[in-house]
Parts: sequence; structure tokens; C-alpha cells
Amino acid sequence: MVEFDRFTLNNGLRVIVHRDTSTPIVAMNIIYNVGSRDEHPDRTGFAHLFEHLMFGGSVNIPRFDEPLERVGGENNAFTNNDFTNYYLTVPGHNLETAFWLESDRMLELAFSAKSFDVQRNVVVEEFRQNYLNQPYGDAWMLLRPLAYKVHPYRWATIGVHPSHIEEAAMDEVREFYARFYNPCNAIMVIAGNVETEQIKELSEKWFGVIQNGTVYNRNLPTEPQQTEARTLSVNRDVPFDAMYKAWHMCSRMDAGFYAVDLVSDILSAGQSGRLNQQLVKSQRLFSDINAFISGDIEAGLFVITGKLMKGISMEEAENALQVEIDKILSTAVDETELQKVKNRVEAIMEFSEMRVLEKAMNLAYYELLGDAAQANELLARYASVTTSDITLEARKLFKPENCSTLYYFANK
Amino acid sequence: MPTKLNRKTQPAIQPPGRIYFPQPEIYRLSNGIKVYQFNSGTQDVISIEMVFTAGSWFQQKPFTAMATNLMLREGTLNYSAQKLSETLDYFGAHFENTTERDNAYVTLYSLNKHLNNTLPLLSEIVKNPLFPQNEYAVLAGKQRQLLEVNRQKVNFLARTHFNPIIFGKSHPYGMFLQTGDIDNVSHTDLAGFHKDQYHSGNCTIIVAGLVNPGLMKALDEHFGGTDWSGTPSEREYYKPLPTEKKNHFLLKEGAMQSAIRMGNLMFGRSHPDFAGMKVLNAILGGYFGSRLMINLREDKGFTYGIGSSVVPLLQGGYFVISGEVGAEVTSQALSEINLELLRLCNNPVPESELALVRSYLSGEMLRAVDGPLAQASLYRELIEADLTMAHFEALIDTVQHISAQHLQDLAIKYLSPEKLFTLVVGPEEI
Repeated sequence: MVEFDRFTLNNGLRVIVHRDTSTPIVAMNIIYNVGSRDEHPDRTGFAHLFEHLMFGGSVNIPRFDEPLERVGGENNAFTNNDFTNYYLTVPGHNLETAFWLESDRMLELAFSAKSFDVQRNVVVEEFRQNYLNQPYGDAWMLLRPLAYKVHPYRWATIGVHPSHIEEAAMDEVREFYARFYNPCNAIMVIAGNVETEQIKELSEKWFGVIQNGTVYNRNLPTEPQQTEARTLSVNRDVPFDAMYKAWHMCSRMDAGFYAVDLVSDILSAGQSGRLNQQLVKSQRLFSDINAFISGDIEAGLFVITGKLMKGISMEEAENALQVEIDKILSTAVDETELQKVKNRVEAIMEFSEMRVLEKAMNLAYYELLGDAAQANELLARYASVTTSDITLEARKLFKPENCSTLYYFANK
Repeated sequence: MPTKLNRKTQPAIQPPGRIYFPQPEIYRLSNGIKVYQFNSGTQDVISIEMVFTAGSWFQQKPFTAMATNLMLREGTLNYSAQKLSETLDYFGAHFENTTERDNAYVTLYSLNKHLNNTLPLLSEIVKNPLFPQNEYAVLAGKQRQLLEVNRQKVNFLARTHFNPIIFGKSHPYGMFLQTGDIDNVSHTDLAGFHKDQYHSGNCTIIVAGLVNPGLMKALDEHFGGTDWSGTPSEREYYKPLPTEKKNHFLLKEGAMQSAIRMGNLMFGRSHPDFAGMKVLNAILGGYFGSRLMINLREDKGFTYGIGSSVVPLLQGGYFVISGEVGAEVTSQALSEINLELLRLCNNPVPESELALVRSYLSGEMLRAVDGPLAQASLYRELIEADLTMAHFEALIDTVQHISAQHLQDLAIKYLSPEKLFTLVVGPEEI
């Protein structure tokens, strides 16, 4: 249970406070309701590039990191398909510096040309380091546009190509900021040894004066239902063949979400997961194989990906995988196996509440979904999944016409 | 009258408070194994970490130490690999098995309510592993492939190839896994290594989380007997043999980035210059606002990340600058790194910057003792090196009081660029 208080400023900024007296550290987590799904198709990678620019100076403060370091704080951020998340931890007695910093960059960015030029280069290096210069690094860049033809999830957060980033212009940056970085599009969570009254005062003092903008009403094109299986084969300079399969799944808010998540755990969680036991250990067809959900808020992907053992054909590997999928479709999961994955979820939650930062992030995320209180309902939701739910959701998921497969062949 | 909000000036900075570090409860099992216990936190969970003198230092053949550690859970006297995984996963617990150069670790993370079911599994894997041939074949196959994939990465190549440059390729700290090494290790080698290294004479236990009253007794029942005794392993002295050549290059065709490693032999935690070097290292490349990051990333956009580390080991240690830069700017990147090193040697750190680093490091140390898991992790590093909390307190003191002059002296002594070894892994020799 993560108790919290919640209030909203006049300008629409939602603030959540969680009190934790066990630590001298306070976490501040701010979500802005903009992700790569909100980008223009010719300017992909922009939300993430923009995240970098948030550190390049705001109207009154030349650099974000320095004053925070000066009070012993640490910070970072990430962008995904759905939202942009900024987080910091700071010794509690210097919390006001965090309010000063975050409110200033919500107020107005410095929009320095130098920072813009440099960060474009930095992001291109990130593109190279994490995607282009890594074996199998471009797999997601190939899989997404295979599975999605219309919806913005068809491009990766890093962008389609470094050129989109290189060609970004300053006026686009200003427009992006004005559109998305407003108090009414933001959720702020403070977790630590704090009092709600104190946080109310600090929030009002530093954020209260920021003018509201327009609420962002998202209106994205819907992905039409996939009506036949899709495949793509590529050859790359990698040592081993790999396979990536994606099926369209329900949205995070769908009632079936929890069962789908548990399907991925039944297949793949821990070393006892079916795919590991059957395909890696017993049949020795893959050196490793994983099933996971993409974690998107809108209708995301259920993914299975694995690297084939040398000498195993793609066909043999795929057939064996299909056997495992067929098993879960045809035979009800037994109660013990279902309880196992539920117990695992419980343990993960228990451990995740050890740190204020994780609690803050969770509360912010669920508030973005509609109500932070959902964070405390998770355990019950997972616990209520039945073996029939598993079969039902698996049958919706694993229809052949719902599947996109990337065959990633090693150049011999 | 309400005062107008001043956004130009940082709110008043409160000085770092005293960092409170709770002492562990320390006791011995009946056979002498020392247990350190951090009983605190809000969550009803526990971690039990077993530290073994079983790092790669002690192996006769490469791969042995790591493989033994990973194979512990792959079949034991009373559990097949599958049954063990099923049971462990059923109770929502997991193991973390890691092998470093000096020591190896087997850690159980469990909910307290299931500890009665999960603690026996920890005992099983540590005391009764069978190293089945079948399971080993699967593990070896997986590791072989993993190694092949990793060898495509400039980062991995730089990391593994740098140590032999400063330690020598036959030194335990200099050796790294090569293609073919895995084929030379059989499952019987693992049983031998386990017998020699995984016994009570080589074991220390660190507990963190909310501790059940019955835990001490349970640990003694499982691990306190004479049934798995052994003589504590000693480390022989190995003399480091750095290469004659200072500058090295390794070709990775078609790479878009070059990986850079620059550094030298240094020392372990108990060296008198260790604390000062931690501060100097922070200034150079130990945080986001460091000299290297500000120059190579924030000013020039050469890299997504560059940093430096002081790495203490149990027999010496080393210092290394590491990062990946755009291949086309490799030469400029190396120049800028040299420039930053020379700046530290030639100019004392300005007071404002030093104040910032003091504060940042204080914050870092506060985070390092936040909660039982963090405390246990920090404490483990101390006891491995035969140190006590006094070492950590002395570090805090150095952070708060070391002078700019002293830091400059350390820079001249240890960071003069001409003394350092350099390795570049990239598409083109510069």
C-alpha cells in the first residue's frame, strides 16, 4: 500500500505527495503527457531530443544539473512511446532547489542555439551507441513498422533515422514546448519525509504562477486491425540468427491486460518459464528466448524474441515455438503455475516499494492513466485472473493473422 | 507584503547533514562463518548474500569460476534444475549469481513469508550442486554464443582488452575469456572448483531487510555445520606486467563509434591516496557535470557518455577513463581528454567547483546508505577489503576537507597523460 495525498493547482498541475519517514532522501518525479506517439511522422525522435533540451537551460537557470549537484542531488529522465518522465532525488533539507529547478523549466526554456546544436549531436551518438552500432540493434526499427502501419507506435522513440534529428529546427522546438510542456499536461509526485502542507506551499510558490496552456487532446489515428500474418526477412552482420515475433495486444486500461501480462510470465518469467525450459534447456533450439509485453498505454505488442543456436534452422525453431503457443491455447494452465506467476508479481511489488524513487514513478504513472490509487489495486487485479482468463486472452492474442515476424538472418 | 519570487537565485543551500550509517549486528555461526545483519526497512523482504572467495582469481582455466557459479542452481542432490527453478519461482524468490575477479556471490532475494521454503534452496545450491553434464552443455552453448555477440561490440572489446595492457595478459586481473576457452572446461572441472572454493572457510554472509527472529537459528542449521568445511583460500602475489607500448589500437571494421579506454594501475581501498583519488576522479569524470562530460558531451557532442573510475581490487587496483565517441571524432576526443588531464595537473580546482563536488559526493554517499540493501552493499565492499566503517568515515572526511592543492598534487602524481595507457577500438587507426 502506498498512501498518498493529491491536489491540483489552479493552472491544472496535478500534485501527489507520498510520505515516507524511513529515508532522508526525497524523490520528485514529473511526467509530461507527451511521448513519441505525439510526433509528426517526418520529425520522429523529437520528443526524446526535446527531453535532452530540457537540461540545456531554462529562462533563469543556465544549466539544470549544476544547482542540483550543488545540493547533493541526482537526476535523469526518459522518454517512451507514451510520455516523458523527469526524476530526481535530493537530500530532503534541500528540496526547495528541486522546486526552483523544475518549475523554471516548466515556466520557460532558454532555447539556446548552442545547446540545441550540441544535443542533436549527442542524440545522434546515442542513436549509434544503442541501436546502429550494436549487433541486432536495428531489430525494433524493423519490427515496429511491420506491426503498425498507421499508428505512431510504428516508429521508435529514438526516431526513424538520425537525419530526422539532424534536420530538426529551433522553431519546431519552441512550438513543441508551447504545445506540450504546460502545467495542465503534467503530473508531479513528491515522495519522502515530507508533509502535504509543506508541499502545497512549495508547489503554490514555485509552480502556481506558471500560466496554464491548452490541455493536450490526443487524437491519434487508430491502427486498423491486422488481417493477415506479416513477415520480413533481413540479413545482417551478426553471429547468429534471431527471431522476433509480435502480436497486437489490448491497451493498458483494458480489463484483459493483467491476464495478457501473466501469459508472458507463464511463458518466460524466471528460469522456470516454459520457453526457457522447453526451447533452451530441453530442445536446445535457442540460446535464449523471452516473452514480454511492450508496456504501452495504447494497444501495444506482445513480443517473443530469441536467438537461435548455431546450426538450427529458422523453420525448426519457429515450429517448436508454435508448439508452445498451441499448448497454451489448447490446454488450461494449472492452478499452481498460475499461482507461481502471481506470487512473482507480488514479490516484485514488495521489492519495488523499497525505494522512494520507484514509488514516486509508479504513482505518477498511474495518475497519468487516470488515478494514482490504481497503484494500490494492482495486486488484487493480478490475483483475480483465472485460468479461463488466461486461455481466453491467449486465444485473442495468438491468432496467426495477428502476428508479425522478423526473421533476422546472420550473414554467413 | 509578499516578496516577489526570486527565480534568479538558488534557494538557500543547506549544508549536508551528518551521514548516519547504522552498524550491522555481527555474529558467528557455529562453524565460525561471520554474519553481518542490517535489520531495517519498511518492506517484509530479505536478501541473504553469501560471499565466497571464489572469483576468477582462483581458477586454473578461464571460464571455470563463472561457470561454477552459474551452474550451482542447475541440478543439486535433492532438486533437478527444473524443480529448483519451479520452486524458487513459485515462491516469488530469485537468486543472483555473480562472479568477479576476487570473489563470487550467491544472493537469495525472498519475501519473508516464504523464507522457510526458499532458504533451503539456497543451502542446496551452495552445498550440493551436481554440475550435470547435460545442463552444462546448455550453459556452455549459451555462453559461447553470448561471447560471440559481445565481441561485436566496441564497448565490450575495449573493456576486456584494456586490463591485460596494464596488468599483463597472464595476471589474474588481466585475463579475459577468449573464443575457445569455453571448450576447455568440462563439468568435472566445475565440481573440482566448487570443492576447493565453495566451503565454510571461504564464506561470509550478509543479511539485509526485515529480519525474522528465527533467522539466526535457520542460518546456523543450514550453513553452520562442519559438513562443508575447508581451509580459507589464500591469494598469492602476482606482479603486474604492463606492456611496453603505451598506445594500443584494436580494429573493429565498420564501427560507427570508437571505444576509448585510458588509464593505469592504481591501488586498493586501504591506500592513503585512495580517498583523495575518489574526489579527483569525480571532478574528472565521476558525475554528469564532470570535466569529461562537460567537454566531450555537453560542449562538443562527441559522445553520449564518457566517465572515469577508480577501481579498487583486493591486490591493487586501477584507474580508467572510458567512453564511446563518434568514430570520425576519435582523434579530437583523445586530444580533449588529454587536455582535461593536463588542466587538472596544471591548475588547482576552483573553489566553487570543489564545493559542488563535495556536495555532490555527500549526496552520493547519502544515497549509498539509504535502506538496508544499499547499506549491505556498501558494507560488503568494506569487509571484503578487511576494512571497517572507519574507512567510510575517513572518506567522508576527505570529501569534505581535501584541499585543491592536494588534489593537484594527486593529479600530477597519477594522472599525467604521458603515464597513462590508451586503447582505442574502432574502425580506423588514428
